[in-house]
Amino acid sequence: MSSTSLWYATRASGIMALILLTLTMVLGMTTTTRARARNWPGFAQQELHRRISMIAVVFLGIHIVTSVLDTYVNISWASVVVPFVSVYGRFWVGVGAIALDLMIAVFVSSLLRARMRPGIWRAIHWLAYLSWPVALAHSFGMGTDAGELWVIVLGAACVASVAAALLWRLRATSRQVSARIAYASVREVPPKYLAPGGRERAGSRRG
Amino acid sequence: MASTSGTIPTTGRYRLLGHPADLAGHLSTLGPVPLPSGSRGWREAFVSMLESSGLAGRGGGGFPTAIKLAVAHAAGSGGTIVVNGMEGEPSSDKDKLLLMRSPHLVLDGAQLMAAACGARSVVVCVPEGRDQVASAVSTAMAERTGAGCAPVHEVLVRPPDRFVAGEESALTRWVEARQSLPSFRPDKGTALKIGRKGALVHNAETLAHVAMIARKGPDAFRAHGLVEDPGTSLVTISGAVRHPGVVEVDRGTPLIDIVNRSTPDGPPQALLVGGYGGAWVSPAHFTTPYASLPLRAIGATAGVGIVIALGQEACGLMESARIAHYMAGESAGQCGPCVYGLPAIAGDVTRLARGDIDPGLRARLDRRLAEVMGRGACRHPDGAVNMVRSALGVFASDASSHALGEPCAHWNNRSQLRFPPPVAAARR
Amino acid sequence: MIRILVDPVACDAYGYCAELLPEAISLDEWGYPVVDGKPLPADLAEAAKRAVRDCPRRAITLRERKGSR
Repeated sequence: MSSTSLWYATRASGIMALILLTLTMVLGMTTTTRARARNWPGFAQQELHRRISMIAVVFLGIHIVTSVLDTYVNISWASVVVPFVSVYGRFWVGVGAIALDLMIAVFVSSLLRARMRPGIWRAIHWLAYLSWPVALAHSFGMGTDAGELWVIVLGAACVASVAAALLWRLRATSRQVSARIAYASVREVPPKYLAPGGRERAGSRRG
Repeated sequence: MASTSGTIPTTGRYRLLGHPADLAGHLSTLGPVPLPSGSRGWREAFVSMLESSGLAGRGGGGFPTAIKLAVAHAAGSGGTIVVNGMEGEPSSDKDKLLLMRSPHLVLDGAQLMAAACGARSVVVCVPEGRDQVASAVSTAMAERTGAGCAPVHEVLVRPPDRFVAGEESALTRWVEARQSLPSFRPDKGTALKIGRKGALVHNAETLAHVAMIARKGPDAFRAHGLVEDPGTSLVTISGAVRHPGVVEVDRGTPLIDIVNRSTPDGPPQALLVGGYGGAWVSPAHFTTPYASLPLRAIGATAGVGIVIALGQEACGLMESARIAHYMAGESAGQCGPCVYGLPAIAGDVTRLARGDIDPGLRARLDRRLAEVMGRGACRHPDGAVNMVRSALGVFASDASSHALGEPCAHWNNRSQLRFPPPVAAARR
Repeated sequence: MIRILVDPVACDAYGYCAELLPEAISLDEWGYPVVDGKPLPADLAEAAKRAVRDCPRRAITLRERKGSR
């Protein structure tokens, strides 16, 4: 394969990987428990999250392999996982390596999910929150297509969707927290009419 | 704290209350505790003695003591005997009284159980805040260590004073890991554990009976009560009565005879049997014997030895609403149906008691009661559901008029029930 | 005969089990699973195993029960 076609493949697969990883993040962040609508197919969403992450990994694999095989720039196999040892683009390739390391942890832990304690799995999985912005930084830091308008728009769309998902997630969590607080308040102070001798008006009142 | 009306010589030779509280008096009145003296076959004799006595747990479960011992024994030796003195029901005083007036009887029972299943420690649980009871127990323990009456090491611990803290699995978890949370136990047949060793949890009164039966023999126990539910029980009577307190009664005594021991202020409107997780009983059933089968036939259980008399100047529905709110607040907070279901049910009962007009209320309440039942890890929500269901049955005519917006005259009266002061919420 | 068992302490009302096995599991008004007590027909065994495997809190398990109660 010519160096040019390898280079196009690296860039194209990189962009695809970014899009798919963004989609994976959004699908993962918007799964919650009780807070979501009753008839939402949560299991189907979780399956989609998993499968899209696998497709993302495929594109990521192509992105990495083509960048190493491309003789025009010197990126060693080691620099794929060891940050900041690449000859070409030492810093930004290194950032990509960091993102990849984090992603490997998330991915492998999910494959082994049934064998580990849920708390540990969850802690590792949250590394995704770190790996995504690092991957995004790598995409724009490498600079190849970063100046193109369509790439900038794409990047903005990815950031916007993750930000929206994050806001949604925080709201859903706070709704769950307030449900718990409502429960806790039952223990705190009994309603006025339950305190002995507290007077309240009886009769027709809409419940 | 309620006073006792139990200085009446209640049940002839066999009684738990009324003995000297100090070790010397205890031993001179009742003799030494018959621990194994190295003779073989002691364990088998002890188990068969418990079996023939027909003793069942006095902590609410009513489970045959001999079978529970067999399960714990199967879990191997080196375990722990946990003495459950938690008494989470606010209307119950029997265990407090027993531990203050006859602590040696309870501890003797624990030593006997320890000998029977090879346990290496006895842990007595008295809630935080009950310092009178705790100091009586520590004094007794110190006396026993001094006199060599405690072959197995005895220790006192102070778990939090919450309703579910006395649940068996919550208690063992607290002893092990300082977390007062019940566990989900689909196989009740397997023993509880503390660490890797087995744990046998028994209510304080049950152990007192074990110690008495070991001294007086199973026939002395069976001389009281019924064939299918033998022996005596301690019952705390409260509510609209002039002399609330703890009495010692034969199993099978009619409910109304038990209540009359405390001189009710007039004929009760209803009785709450078994505490806040128990069930209401209507006047038609006041003569029901205080025993497992007859009570179960009317939708109640003997539970933890509580009978509360509801006076005429009270609204059964509003009192039930107060109980439901209390029970909701005492949830351990682990299981959705309990955490969300009990407050919802309490809210519905309150609306009914207040006479709010809400056409869907009764159907919604019935649905929620059916949905919450049996879906928690422990039986806390089940108790609350049973209590509410029995209220809807016993106070059915009230329920109809309340639903039409005509609550009874007493709905807003001061409560006749005891509730502990509200706690600061434990945020999870 | 297969019996479905939900650990109410572990359950966090994700609702995936009800999605996979609506014939046997429905959700109460707060999102928690209600398992109907009827024996599970053999053709639903696969879906049941899926629900067990994919519960995010590993709250659901299957028990073999010999004969009927």
